[in-house]
Amino acid sequence: MSTTALASPTDIEDFGRELDELRDEIIGTLGDRDAQYIRGVIATQRKLELAGRALLFASWLPPAWIAGTAALATAKILENMEIGHNVLHGQWDWMRDPKIHSTTWESDLASPSAQWKHSHNVVHHTWTNVLGKDRDIGYTLLRVSPEQPWHRVYLLQPVYNVFLALVFEYGIALYDLEVERIPAGDKSLKETWTQLRAIAGKVRRQIIKDYLAFPMLAGPGFMPVLLGNLTANLTRNVWAHTIIFCGHFPEGAEVFTEDQLEGETRGEWYVRQLLGSCNIDGGRLLHLMSGNLSHQIEHHLFPDMPSNRYAEIAPRVRDLCERFGLPYTSGSLARQTGSVYKRILRLAFPGPRHHRTAPAEPPATDLRALA
Amino acid sequence: MRGRIEAIHPETADAATLVIRPGRGWVRHRAGQWVRVGVDIEGVRHWRTFSLSCPPGGPDECITITVKAVPDGLVSHHLVRQAAPGMIVHLAGPDGEFVLPEPPPPRLLFLTAGSGITPVRAMLHGLLYGPATRGAARPGAASPRRDTGCRGLPDVVLLHSAPTPADVIFGAELRALAVRFANLRLYERHTRTGGRLRPSDVPDLCPDWTERTAWVCGPPEMLQEAEDHWAGSADRLHVERFRPATPTAGGEGGRIRFTRSGRQTDADGGTSLLIAGERAGVLMPSGCRMGICHTCVGRLASGQVRDLRTGQIHGEPGDLVQTCVSAAAGPVEIEL
Repeated sequence: MSTTALASPTDIEDFGRELDELRDEIIGTLGDRDAQYIRGVIATQRKLELAGRALLFASWLPPAWIAGTAALATAKILENMEIGHNVLHGQWDWMRDPKIHSTTWESDLASPSAQWKHSHNVVHHTWTNVLGKDRDIGYTLLRVSPEQPWHRVYLLQPVYNVFLALVFEYGIALYDLEVERIPAGDKSLKETWTQLRAIAGKVRRQIIKDYLAFPMLAGPGFMPVLLGNLTANLTRNVWAHTIIFCGHFPEGAEVFTEDQLEGETRGEWYVRQLLGSCNIDGGRLLHLMSGNLSHQIEHHLFPDMPSNRYAEIAPRVRDLCERFGLPYTSGSLARQTGSVYKRILRLAFPGPRHHRTAPAEPPATDLRALA
Repeated sequence: MRGRIEAIHPETADAATLVIRPGRGWVRHRAGQWVRVGVDIEGVRHWRTFSLSCPPGGPDECITITVKAVPDGLVSHHLVRQAAPGMIVHLAGPDGEFVLPEPPPPRLLFLTAGSGITPVRAMLHGLLYGPATRGAARPGAASPRRDTGCRGLPDVVLLHSAPTPADVIFGAELRALAVRFANLRLYERHTRTGGRLRPSDVPDLCPDWTERTAWVCGPPEMLQEAEDHWAGSADRLHVERFRPATPTAGGEGGRIRFTRSGRQTDADGGTSLLIAGERAGVLMPSGCRMGICHTCVGRLASGQVRDLRTGQIHGEPGDLVQTCVSAAAGPVEIEL
């Protein structure tokens, strides 16, 4: 926290201005190369899915089962992360291609796109890491920040976190329902019911496709195909859970309180996005398979910038942070995952109190001091 | 639907004919109609409307559009200068009311200027090669190749203007047809030397103009003059606009909220809702971009818009407004 306090209000605004310029520069150069990139990823994803399903038809041969399941899992991960997540962010809307557009895309996930776009694009990306506002802090299920009051139900969170990882897509879909708003009367049962039916429709489609239609097409190969599809879905769930938890929950990611947001400027918004996000170091394959959420910082600064450009701007963002004395949290996948699990384990228990509230520097002043 | 550019034939220094093979599902057009063409340039899809320059039922069911590169015309320049055989374009349509009745009237007058010749060229070919190529519904119609000759070519007068003889799109072909067919009279006006061809010149050039049904395609001033000239006998006049009317300047603009896509943007009074929406990343339907085809309409939820062609402010909740020729007049909500 002390690092942020080093920056002065004018610095913060200069920092924001430089980021605005960087964004304009990149958006101004979008073109054929980017269009080819996303169409290439989509084509690769389709081929992988086709190959995976075809191989699974021969899944009485163990190598075919392994290869088919791996191809299908990879296809599902690509579809959900590098394609679906980013298309739904509107990163490719500039192409004006109705097939690759945030208003028309429907992901191969349990969440209906419209609901996901609200809870993710609107709530999470606007209120990133703000306690009581950003529901992504622990997904209303886990205690991932010492500022969240402890309850004995959290004692079990290391266990049910593993369960959440396995059923992550369903967890996300139900989480988008925001059921906790119902008792307070913020949300009507009718609206919830409509949303539930939309979710049920998508879940039913996936269940029919992966656990009935394709296994039945395989005839005697029913079970191996079903197990292959199940494994692919579970793999995708665990992977998505891992990447997403590494985005905001490792050591170094900060949370904010609502009163810190009062009168927040553009520059301060950028700083909050930066402080609340963590990157994962890795090669091109990791970036692709994580949907470029390995560049969580860049993604949170510019959520609608095409993901293939994050790697390009990352060194410049890092330089900028260094110049302004702002922290840029990044680590290997193993380190960040370890850090997340350590945190979930530690915070299952009460405390630590005043984790980041050194008396000389109460958190409420962090951003406001800069305002 | 998609189409593949099969060949490109230069017509003049700045115009070219593109032969496009449409994908499955293409509905045969009628001579004189237009098609919307979507072209990806630097990754961005741009839609424009072009008259089809061929009658239906061409070789291999290919269609042609003839494009003139207009100054600052991103898409027209791309199609004339950059396009190459093999390029894929997106197609929508065909549509349009600028067509010949079936059977065609015995005496016709075509008044065209510049690239306004393109739909008329399709009609001429249709007249020359019979009803099948005019797009009349005739199950099991004979192929145009068997319908050679000019049986029943009605009496046609074509008055066309272009800056110089070399600028006449289809110039050589039209001259050859006029030589070959006695029923076709061609008059060319080269405006650089001869001045503008005005509808008021028509009685001198075509004394029996009142006995003819006229099809007029050219720049907006010419169409306006034609409408004035044919005032009182509008049933004998068909016009096709192929260039947007110049937007009237001024107006206050305002914040536009696109309710279905959840986007909003601020636009000035000279920027159409369509362009503002495209800039804001909304998937805006669009077609002619000049207030003709109604592809771009959206339902107004609140606020009023200003018609960029007339300056008139209008709009009530529930109205369908043409986003391409409407600008925000104060805050606007539109269901797009």
